[in-house]
Amino acid sequence: MYRYDTHDQTLVNERVAQFRDQMERYLAGRLSEEEFLPLRVQNGLYIQRYAPMLRIAIPYGMLAAYQLRKLGDLARDYDRGYGHFTTRTNLQLNWPKLETVPDMLAELASVQMHAIQTSGNDIRNTTTDQFAGVAEDEEVDPRPWCELIRQWSTFHPEFAYLPRKFKIAVTGAAEDRAAIQVHDVGLRLWRDARGEVRVRVLAGGGLGRTPMIGEVVRDDLPWQHLLTYLEALVRVYNQFGRRDNKFKARIKILVKALGIEEFRRRVEEEWAHLKDGPQTLTQESVERVAAHFVDPERRPVTDEAIAAIEALRGENRAFGRFMTNNVHGHKVPGYASVTLSLKRSGHSPGDVTAEQMHQIADLADEYSFGELRVTHEQNLVLSDVPMDRLEALWHELEALGLANPTVGTLADLICCPGGDYCALANAKSIPVAQAIQERFEDLDFLYDLGPLELNISGCMNACGHHHVGHIGILGVDKKGEEWYQISLGGAQGNAASLGKILGPSFSREAVPEVIDTLLKVYVSQRSDDETFLDTYRRIGLKPFKERVYA
Amino acid sequence: MPDQAPHSASQRPYLFRDQPAADDWQLIREGQPAAGAPAIIPLSEWLEGEGGEERAPWLAADTELDDALAARLAAAPLVAIDFPKFTDGRGYSLARLLRERHGYEGEIRAIGDVLVDQLFFMRRCGFDGFSLREDQWLEDALRNLHVFSRAYQPAVDQPEPLFRRRERERSQATREPAFA
Repeated sequence: MYRYDTHDQTLVNERVAQFRDQMERYLAGRLSEEEFLPLRVQNGLYIQRYAPMLRIAIPYGMLAAYQLRKLGDLARDYDRGYGHFTTRTNLQLNWPKLETVPDMLAELASVQMHAIQTSGNDIRNTTTDQFAGVAEDEEVDPRPWCELIRQWSTFHPEFAYLPRKFKIAVTGAAEDRAAIQVHDVGLRLWRDARGEVRVRVLAGGGLGRTPMIGEVVRDDLPWQHLLTYLEALVRVYNQFGRRDNKFKARIKILVKALGIEEFRRRVEEEWAHLKDGPQTLTQESVERVAAHFVDPERRPVTDEAIAAIEALRGENRAFGRFMTNNVHGHKVPGYASVTLSLKRSGHSPGDVTAEQMHQIADLADEYSFGELRVTHEQNLVLSDVPMDRLEALWHELEALGLANPTVGTLADLICCPGGDYCALANAKSIPVAQAIQERFEDLDFLYDLGPLELNISGCMNACGHHHVGHIGILGVDKKGEEWYQISLGGAQGNAASLGKILGPSFSREAVPEVIDTLLKVYVSQRSDDETFLDTYRRIGLKPFKERVYA
Repeated sequence: MPDQAPHSASQRPYLFRDQPAADDWQLIREGQPAAGAPAIIPLSEWLEGEGGEERAPWLAADTELDDALAARLAAAPLVAIDFPKFTDGRGYSLARLLRERHGYEGEIRAIGDVLVDQLFFMRRCGFDGFSLREDQWLEDALRNLHVFSRAYQPAVDQPEPLFRRRERERSQATREPAFA
């Protein structure tokens, strides 16, 4: 876990003072609404449908127990006792009072946190693999590189007013769990024959109104040049990205308009001037940051203890389900990563109460070296649990309602806050999520369906990543009424793809029945152990469409 | 705190190299008649004119600054860069290119929708003259020029990235003998 030095701490403290001054000028009428807006959103502060909303940065999803405890304090003391984890691995508080936000930021700064650039037309919170540093299939630990990007992008003087928001995702594993192909910039870290880190740089991916898969700008960038290359790339975007139309302002539109060849040529031409300049990374600078992400001192777990857990898995069906779905492999034998499910019937996906935050922080201290991860699927992960403690942890999670053994199933759906909170939304999304969760509660049915990703967005800004859901649901507004468009065949990961729209949209009440019909088509058409996505890719949209609109 | 901006409402506050200063230049927008000297005029007109110490160009945000243009600008007594809206960030890149790549040493002046809350970034990018919008307060501007005491990235004001500074600090710390 990265710990601030005096430079980092001074910067966040000065940011709090700056925002306090801006808020005072706003409240005194010296800063207009229009001029305050870009300043407040660069501190995560939105004015939403019913109240302000504060989006707190959780850089690359890494969270220390003491930080989560502070988030719980904030939710309790400044809000209505809960918070919402987002697909950008941030935490949103939905009911803060405008004038108390500077105090909230000061509280965050006291635990090395902030809300910097969680919104606005700037470089947003960088995201990564939730199993970074512990994954079995990892080639390069992305966390130090994410921190270097965090520092480079924080208060970047040239890039605070880009044409539009800019999102970077990083992975260093064989399987892409960070969705790098659908980001403005996606980075895949790998090692060359000499063991040196290189970077594959993708650009022009994104969801939103015009979803696109990113293209490779450069395959083999040596690590020393990461920041100068990013600077060149973002400079090209800052100068040439469209500013005349908000809906065509993302970098994907520029990459598409220029073509990847021309875009690459411009980036390389710009980079030729910056290459080997002062921002070229040194071994020492990378090592200083990497030293914060060393392995914890893990005590050995005996083979007998591991065998005992495996035996229990067979004996206790409920525990077995938890092991199969919520416990993941680890690079160190005897250890596991555990997903705490924030999805269950009757609760908004990704929501956690202040009390739960405190309890989860205690569990992180007790079971996983005081660290947690936030996933872009809106769950939490304890990344370093000794296997001989899994049973005890499971009991504790059960008691807190966080052991729902449905990770990776239909019930583990992604859902934005939607029209219940968000001013941008065309439709509500949470009631749709809840109706689906209630209808498909039977565990055996969920397991029989296998891996299935269902993603819901309340508008085409696509915070719920509906384009990359195997089943995607998008809320649309038709003459003041809320309707839902369904798409099939989207996927994240190495073989990312964008979903295709099934056909005319449905009323909210009809959605669970439509999902049921889609699942029936899959079950009747699948061969052997084909997943939903496999089947869709083999048979296409038509059989689904025919049944749903029959 | 006074409840009115401490200057005439029709006048744009002006800062040069971190100090309030008198502004002798008149800004001429496109289509306006060329007034008396000295004047900041549209780039296209400046390129066609005879230059001199009393004519300076202003660059629109979408100006493509190539080597040929930069070579011409080297002779300008000052170069102004226009912010059509304070949320238009192209001027930041233009200023850096002009200063860092093309080595322009004269005043780079921000004109247009120039507000106090953007001054810190503008200054880092190489602006040293600020013609602030009429309603902006000088005291706010002076405070905001230095709202942060350090920065992660190298820029015009600080050619060294913070990670280099940290390396220096660490090596100094290890060289200095510890007190007993």
